Amino acid sequence: MPQKLDYLRESASQTAGPYVHIGLAPGAAGFDIYEQELGWDIAGPNATGERIRVEGVVIDGIGSPVKDVLLEVWQANANGHYAHPDGGGPVEDGFRGWGRVITDFETGEWAFDTIKPGPVMGRNGRMMAPHLNLWIVARGINIGLNTRMYFDDEAEANATDPVINLIEWEKRRATLIAKRSERDGKPVYRFDIRLQGDDETVFFDI
Amino acid sequence: MSQETKPKSEAEFYQRDRRLHPPALTPDYKTSVARSPRYSMISLQNSISEMTGPVFGHNDIDPVDNDLISNYAKAGDPVGERIIVHGRVLDENAHPVRNTLVEIWQANASGRYRHKKDNYLGALDPNFGGCGRTITDENGYYFFRTIKPGAYPWRNWVNNWRPAHIHVSVFGSGFVQRLITQLYFEGDPLIPLCPIVKTIPDPDAIEQLIAKLDLNSTIPLDSIAYKFDIVLRGRRSTLFENRLEGN
Ligand SMILES: [Fe+3]
Repeated sequence: MPQKLDYLRESASQTAGPYVHIGLAPGAAGFDIYEQELGWDIAGPNATGERIRVEGVVIDGIGSPVKDVLLEVWQANANGHYAHPDGGGPVEDGFRGWGRVITDFETGEWAFDTIKPGPVMGRNGRMMAPHLNLWIVARGINIGLNTRMYFDDEAEANATDPVINLIEWEKRRATLIAKRSERDGKPVYRFDIRLQGDDETVFFDI
Repeated sequence: MSQETKPKSEAEFYQRDRRLHPPALTPDYKTSVARSPRYSMISLQNSISEMTGPVFGHNDIDPVDNDLISNYAKAGDPVGERIIVHGRVLDENAHPVRNTLVEIWQANASGRYRHKKDNYLGALDPNFGGCGRTITDENGYYFFRTIKPGAYPWRNWVNNWRPAHIHVSVFGSGFVQRLITQLYFEGDPLIPLCPIVKTIPDPDAIEQLIAKLDLNSTIPLDSIAYKFDIVLRGRRSTLFENRLEGN
């Protein structure tokens, strides 16, 4: 018998189920319990950078909106720094870069306000285009799905982004790119996430 | 330029062992059928976007948030079996995961959730909310005081019952460690029958989600205790670390 490796093994994932809001967004579940809920203010009041809204819907394999999704966002500030000790540099006071978003129970639409992140230094000194990291859980999703949202007005940066370029099928790269428009003078990015089908969003094993 | 060693906090994470996690498509858990991606995921080596993650502090929570017996009580204690759930959050190297946020949610003793979408006929308990949160200490230790949740029926096959369980959400220090799982209770006969439990392909990985009765940690004449350790992904040692950034 060879020697034993004594690593522990990661705890297995289980679905967040239909009542994830109770734990992670109890106000949405219909009751107030905590003094403060976490993750509703991603950028804080002092962040520099363009104020944007991001919205979309998660669509299942039938083509129906998924109405009980919870998304988490993790993003850098306008200088490409994350709010973390190894985040690459300082961030503005109050900038957390993390948010929690739930869908409307009737329509499946979700939206959040934040600032547009800057480019982020990637592996081997290659710059990554501005992006949001997203994590998606819901009933029927056995393990959280990771994806990234890029910005369609960053075509030049996207063209050299090392992560986008890992995707062999060029046609699928478009699933990661949000479309910019304006509403009431404010920039809005649309990002629909498709769990299945020809236009299935690219998910990452990170 | 020579290889540069990185402090531990910046080392890359071990890859996730997908063999112990449920695959996306598990037809016996019917909701997964239309919600499971079919293309292969694209494997990404860690960049700063994956290795960092949100940091939480004691300002984010209230000290009573980990006591589900009192954190929603209006006019007395909730009904049901009083329990303590405690343990450590560790990584795969058995190092404690310190100062990390642990959040839980659960049904009450009747198997009913306080959620506007739950209309099971089990009674709501006016003194029980069903959610709690805490931050691990320097040893990765956490504890909650709560009520043992009841089993409840759910629409999958016509007669499926979830074993008693508590949903658990944990962060770690990098976004790659983000995990939601469920805690089950030792001795529950519904565990091996549950299509959601059985999405996990690895029997040992299922065992690892079953909290063990811990008589030494009970409070005599008050609360019974269950021990539940949570393991998040570990990091490489610093010795032969490749440089992630260069210039
Ligand atoms: Fe549940």
